[in-house]
Amino acid sequence: MDSLLNTGRPPVFCPGCSHERVTKALDKALSNMGLSGDKAVIVSDIGCSGLFDTFFNTHAFHGLHGRALTYAAGIKMAKPDLNVIVTMGDGGLGIGGAHLLAACRRNLNLTLLILNNFNFGMTGGQFSVTTPQEAQVGSGFLNRLEKSLDVCDVARSAGAPYVSRCSSYSSDLPDEIEKAVRFDGFSLIDMWGICPGRYTKRNKLTPQIIDETLAGFPSCSGIVEENKRKEYSHNYREIISKLKKVDPPRGIKAEFVFPESDRQEVIILGSAGQRIITSGDILCIAGLTAGLNVTQKNDYNITVLRGPSISEIILSPDDIGYSGIEKPSVIIALAQEGVDRRRYLFSDLAENTLIIRAAGVDTPESRATMLDVDLKARGIKSQDWALASLAVMAKLKKVINADMLNAALKLVFRETVLESALELVNRVEL
Amino acid sequence: MPLSLMEGNEAVAWGAMASGCGFFAGYPITPATTIFNTLLRIMPPAGGICLQGEDEIASIGYCLGASMAGLKAMTATSGPGISLYSEQISFAIGSEIPLVIVNVQRLGPSTGSATRGADGDINFMRWGSSGGLPVIVLAPVDIKDCFVLTMHAFNLAEEFRCPVFLASNKEIAMTKESIDLDAVEKPRIIDRIQSNEEKFLPFAVKEGSMVPDFLPIGSKTLVRQTSSTHGADGYITTDSNIISRFQNRLKNKLESAIDSFSFHDSFTDENADTLIITYGVTGRAAKVVINEQRKAGQPVSLLILKTLWPVPENLVRNKAKKAKNIFVFEMNMGQYVHEIERILPDKKVKFFGQMDGRLITPRQIMEAISNG
Ligand code: SF4
Repeated sequence: MDSLLNTGRPPVFCPGCSHERVTKALDKALSNMGLSGDKAVIVSDIGCSGLFDTFFNTHAFHGLHGRALTYAAGIKMAKPDLNVIVTMGDGGLGIGGAHLLAACRRNLNLTLLILNNFNFGMTGGQFSVTTPQEAQVGSGFLNRLEKSLDVCDVARSAGAPYVSRCSSYSSDLPDEIEKAVRFDGFSLIDMWGICPGRYTKRNKLTPQIIDETLAGFPSCSGIVEENKRKEYSHNYREIISKLKKVDPPRGIKAEFVFPESDRQEVIILGSAGQRIITSGDILCIAGLTAGLNVTQKNDYNITVLRGPSISEIILSPDDIGYSGIEKPSVIIALAQEGVDRRRYLFSDLAENTLIIRAAGVDTPESRATMLDVDLKARGIKSQDWALASLAVMAKLKKVINADMLNAALKLVFRETVLESALELVNRVEL
Repeated sequence: MPLSLMEGNEAVAWGAMASGCGFFAGYPITPATTIFNTLLRIMPPAGGICLQGEDEIASIGYCLGASMAGLKAMTATSGPGISLYSEQISFAIGSEIPLVIVNVQRLGPSTGSATRGADGDINFMRWGSSGGLPVIVLAPVDIKDCFVLTMHAFNLAEEFRCPVFLASNKEIAMTKESIDLDAVEKPRIIDRIQSNEEKFLPFAVKEGSMVPDFLPIGSKTLVRQTSSTHGADGYITTDSNIISRFQNRLKNKLESAIDSFSFHDSFTDENADTLIITYGVTGRAAKVVINEQRKAGQPVSLLILKTLWPVPENLVRNKAKKAKNIFVFEMNMGQYVHEIERILPDKKVKFFGQMDGRLITPRQIMEAISNG
C-alpha cells in the first residue's frame, strides 16, 4: 500500500525533532497494514503533537488540549470499524489525566501514541507530568518539587490491556505502532523523544541516553496479561442487542368521574421512609384515571434516606398553569419535619382546607378543618400512613374517590404488594 | 386521549428519541440526571449509544466525536457542568458541530442548591464561550415543550450545524406532569445535508447557503475537523480575509435566520397597554395572571419567549408595538431584561426578578404590574 503522507503538507517540526521520526513510522505502519486513508482517523491533541493530523491523508480530528481521547471514543463508538489513532504529547497526558484513566479502564479499541518529550514544546518548554525532577525547564524550580509520572505504570494499574514503551529512535517503531493499532482493545505506546527546540537546549538527551534510561525501566512490551478482556464496543453492542425495546408510555384511560369541579391542590408532608413520593404518584395516577391534568413536585433531601419528604400534587380538569401550591384543598401532615419545612403555608389557609393529621404531629394554628387520625393506634405502619391518608380522602370523596384510588393502585402495584395495598385501603375507616 | 405521567426530563428523553438521537453522553448531576437515566433505559435497546462520561468535559467530548461521525448527539447537565463544557462549546460553535445541550438550570452561583430551580444561566449560555459567537437557546415552559422543543433543538442543530441549548429548569425538569405524547404535534425531522460534491471541502459553503454540507468522519471521502481557525479545506489559515468571512458567516447563519425559529406563545389583548414578557416556568404563572386580569376587566398582554438566543428582535418589537408598559419577569437577578431594553429603547421596561429557589407566583406578578 502507498504512503498516506500528505505531500502537500510536509512536517514542519524543528530540525532534529523526534516527532518527525514518529510521523514516518506511523505512515510506514499504516501502509504496512495496507490501510487506505478512509479506514483511519488521526485524532490529534494540542501542541506540536497536535500537528500530526495535517501530515496525513486520513480522516482528521483536531480538538482541544488533553481531550483527544474523548473525541476518539465518540468516533469509535459511532464507527466501530474505523482505526482510531490518537497522538498526544506529555502535556495532554497531564491535563487529560482523567480521560487516560477512563480509556484504560474502558478498553475501547483506540491506539494512543504518546509523544513524550518531557516538556511543553510549543509554549516554551514548561514542565509536564513526565519531566524529570532534575531537568532544567521553562518552569524555573517548580519541576524540582514534583515527582514525574511513569505513564505505563499508571496505564497498567488503570486496566490498560496493551502498554508499550519505546524510543522514538527505535528501528522497529513502525512494527511497534502496527502491533498497537492491530490490538483489539485500548493500546498505548509511551514513545520517548527529543525536543531540540526546547528541552535539549538545557538538558542533555540523546537517542543513546534514551536507550540507556529505558533499559533501567521495567519493560513494557505490549499485552498486559492481567488486563486482557473483551473490547468495550463489542461488549456494549453485544449487551444492547439483547435488550428489549422500550415503548413510550401508553397513557392511562380516563374512566371515572372527578368528585370535584375545579383545580385541587394536595400537599403531603412527611419524612423519608414514609413513601410520600410513591403516594404522590398514586394520587396523580388516580387523577389520570378521571382524565385530569396533573402535576407533582417533590421535595426531599439529597441524602434520600433521612429528613423531610414532601409531595405537592395538583389535579385539575383545566390546563395547569402555575405549578406551585397556593390554596391547598388537603394537607396531609404525617411527620414533624415535613410540616416544619412548610410552616409558612398554614397562616393563609381557609376553612375549606382539610388537614389530615397523624397523631403526634403538631401543625401551626390555622383556620383549616382538622381531621386527626391515629393511624398508629389502628395498627398501620408509618410507611403506609400516606396511602392510608389517600384512602381517607377517597372515603370522604375529597379530591379523589374509591374508584380512582383503586384503579391507581392497580396501575402502580403488582401481585402481593397490590393485594396488601388494596387491603389497607379497604381497611381504613373514618 | 389517554394521559401519561412523566417528568420534564423524561419528556426531553422521548423528544430526543423522536428526533433520531443516536448518541448521548452525560455526567450525573441533579437536576439533569433523570435525562441520562431515561435515555439509558430507552436508547440502547433501540440501538443507540448512551454513555456516562468520567466528567463533563469528556461527556461533551464524546458527543462531539460521535456527531462528527454522523450521529445526532445530545448531552445534559446543569450550571456547574455548563462551566466545564464551556471550551468544548466554543469548539462546537467554531467548528460547526451539531449538538443538543440540555441545561437543567438550578439555583447558583456555583454548587448552589441542587434541588432548587432558577433561570440563572440565560446569559451564560449565550456568552459563556470563547469568541462570543452566537448559539441557539430554546426555553421550555412545560412538559409538552420539553418534548417538542427538544425536537426543534435537534432540527436546528442539524440545519445550522451548531450547538443548541435547551434551557430547562429544575421546576419543569423534575416536575411530573400529565401529557398525551401521541397528541403532541411533532415537527418534521431535519437532517444535516450530506455533501455530494466530488471534491469535498469540509467547510465550503454552497452559493446561497450559509451552512457547509456535511460528511461524517469514516466516510469514503476524507473529512477533516479542527478547532483551529480554518479555511474551507479544514486546514489552519492565517488569511484575514478568509477569517473575517468565516466569523461573519458563523454570526449571520444564525442571526439572519432567527425569524424562522422565533418560538413563542403570545396572548395579545387589543385593549391592553401593558405587556408582560417572560420565559420558562414563569410563563405559567404569567398565564394565570392574564386570565385573572381579563376577568377583572383589566386586560394585560403576554409574550412568552421560547427562543431566547439569538434574540427574536422582530418578534419582540412587533408584539410590543401597542404596549406602553413592559414588564419582564425572570427567575434571576436581571439578565434577559437588558436585551428587551436594548430592543425597545422607547418603552418603559420594568423588571421583576427572584432567585431564591421559589417560583415567581401569580400574586407577585399581579402586584408588580399593579404597582406599575
Ligand atoms: S518545539 Fe520541540 S516538540 Fe515542538 S517541533 Fe520543536 S523540537 Fe519538536
